[in-house]
Amino acid sequence: MALEKITSRTGRAVPITGDDIDTDRIIPARFMKCITFDGLGEFLFNDVRMDSDGNDTDHNLNKPEFQGSSIIISGNNFGCGSSREHAPQAIAKAGFEAVIAEGFAEIFFGNSTQLGLPCVSLSHEDRLKLSKSVEEDSRQEISIDLENQVVLYADGKLPFTMRSSSRQALMEGNWDPIQELIDNKPKVDAIARSLSYI
Amino acid sequence: MSKNLYQKVWDTHTVAQLLDGSTQLFIGTHLIHEVTSPQAFGMLEERGLKVQYPERTFATVDHIVPTNETSEPYSDPLAQNMIDAIRRNTKLHGITFFDTDTGKQGVIHIVGPEQGITQPGMTIACGDSHTSTHGAFGAIAFGIGTSQVRDVLATQTMKMNKLKVRRINVTGTLTEGVTAKDIILHILKELGVNGGTGFAYEYGGEVIDRLSMEERMTICNMSIEGGARCGYINPDQITFDYLESRPYSPKGESWDKAVEDWKALASAEDADYDDEMTFAAADIDPTVTWGINPGQGIAIDQKIPLVDDLAPELQNSAREALEYMDFQEGQLIEGTPVDVVFIGSCTNGRLSDLQEAANVLKGHTVAPGVTALCVPGSQIVAVQAEKLGLDKIFTEAGFQWRQAGCSMCLAMNPDKLVGRQLCASTSNRNFKGRQGSPTGRTILLSPIMAAAAAVEGKISDARKVFFN
Repeated sequence: MALEKITSRTGRAVPITGDDIDTDRIIPARFMKCITFDGLGEFLFNDVRMDSDGNDTDHNLNKPEFQGSSIIISGNNFGCGSSREHAPQAIAKAGFEAVIAEGFAEIFFGNSTQLGLPCVSLSHEDRLKLSKSVEEDSRQEISIDLENQVVLYADGKLPFTMRSSSRQALMEGNWDPIQELIDNKPKVDAIARSLSYI
Repeated sequence: MSKNLYQKVWDTHTVAQLLDGSTQLFIGTHLIHEVTSPQAFGMLEERGLKVQYPERTFATVDHIVPTNETSEPYSDPLAQNMIDAIRRNTKLHGITFFDTDTGKQGVIHIVGPEQGITQPGMTIACGDSHTSTHGAFGAIAFGIGTSQVRDVLATQTMKMNKLKVRRINVTGTLTEGVTAKDIILHILKELGVNGGTGFAYEYGGEVIDRLSMEERMTICNMSIEGGARCGYINPDQITFDYLESRPYSPKGESWDKAVEDWKALASAEDADYDDEMTFAAADIDPTVTWGINPGQGIAIDQKIPLVDDLAPELQNSAREALEYMDFQEGQLIEGTPVDVVFIGSCTNGRLSDLQEAANVLKGHTVAPGVTALCVPGSQIVAVQAEKLGLDKIFTEAGFQWRQAGCSMCLAMNPDKLVGRQLCASTSNRNFKGRQGSPTGRTILLSPIMAAAAAVEGKISDARKVFFN
């Protein structure tokens, strides 16, 4: 099954302010009582989108101007905490195709890459510029150009960083490694035999 | 310069270099639980794949199990669905499952070590970030997402990028009332929640060398809270003594051979590190968090920091934390009223944690208005504790004595905070809403500090409450 070669992601963006946004915030644990990932999108950021009476808060994800966005912009250490893949799954199921932040927690980054959800890092200053521009003009389309490693937006372009193996995996369409792992079975069996345990 | 343990284990488990330059790593031991595995089994079915090495995967149920209800069906049908799914999947694929009726069920990171499944030199993966716990044995243990659980089930391997290794030394001698939990909370407050990104942490030095295995597990458990994908401690005689004659430990001649192999794995004196840091035990006091991530901590006698005194990149999170916790900058944390006290979790739900808390609780009672829960980390811990009479000490003090599970660490079962309640918790995360109420608040601390909070009804210095 050939995977999409992901060379760019283009769409409107929504800024989600804050550093250290953890995976419990992205998808609270009580919504993980499920045996498939279907339906998680509905609960993305549930507890900051709703107050204790169940009314919508003024969170950007609730604002009309950000409906239909496909790119999330956030601060540093996005996706920290739990290893739950439910977090990037909820992001993807809610219609998002990429995340731009100042930095990512490692497990979240790996989980996202393996789902074909690019996570790219901007410097603090550039991230602020991008967020400000998008807040002022939410209708603009921004574009993540993986080939040239830049984010294009209304006011120009911003260079991003990303682990090179992940960028390559996305661009060459091997971000889900399962087939490659299976194909190496003879080598895997040799390692299994060489180990002194189990 | 010689190889450190991480490099040695990495090398013996490397299968191949993948197209994108990353490594295909063999995972010798795979642990699964009910929350992050059912989707992976679903993915296998979709692709018509089988479990390649079922003897290398071990399962239990921990996150969703009620701690005050044993009969099934559970009152929560979603929880029942999840336990049914892991029963079905493990049976279908021939995987060992420590079910609730085996007497061996518990939090996966407590079950693995107590069964002797966790051993030095292994690569271990589990769909749970606190898999770093197993590093206490000199294993390299990674928390993974569900697609990687699928990869490990289908191939016993996964894609990984090699980490750098930071050696963290803790030197000197701990003072009375300072515990392993305080060591790791101190390290987190110094290095921050993303200071370990890209690193494996190797903990060492004379303080770590003297710690018991259970204390070492508490430290390695929270490596991930500092952003480090794994944390480990070199195996030594304390490790071997813990493992000898556990159900899954090697026996007879195989044991002697294994110990020789394990000794050779430890990083030598001249081992190479990408970074090295040292903390003095004398600088570590009982430590508690004041904010909404585990790096926002202070010593018990300190004041909550002034936002302007913090590094610029920490200020936004600090403001958000103060607002959420309803604390003032510059305020003392000592004396903060608590509503709930929780002793348990993969961080502090082992026998010695319960013993430490029970020892200080003897002859004291929980303050009026405080709900206090003690949740053993496994059925075996519960039985051992009951043999020692710890359950009676807890219940006589006014604690509820519960059954094994993750419980209020992440509140996927009925144990939840309500509204704005503030919980003094021995668990590992103080994120917004973590303990089940979207507005609930958490202060992380050690078991004896939790006991002190329960007795006083407020955040207190255990040394003053119990040791004069």
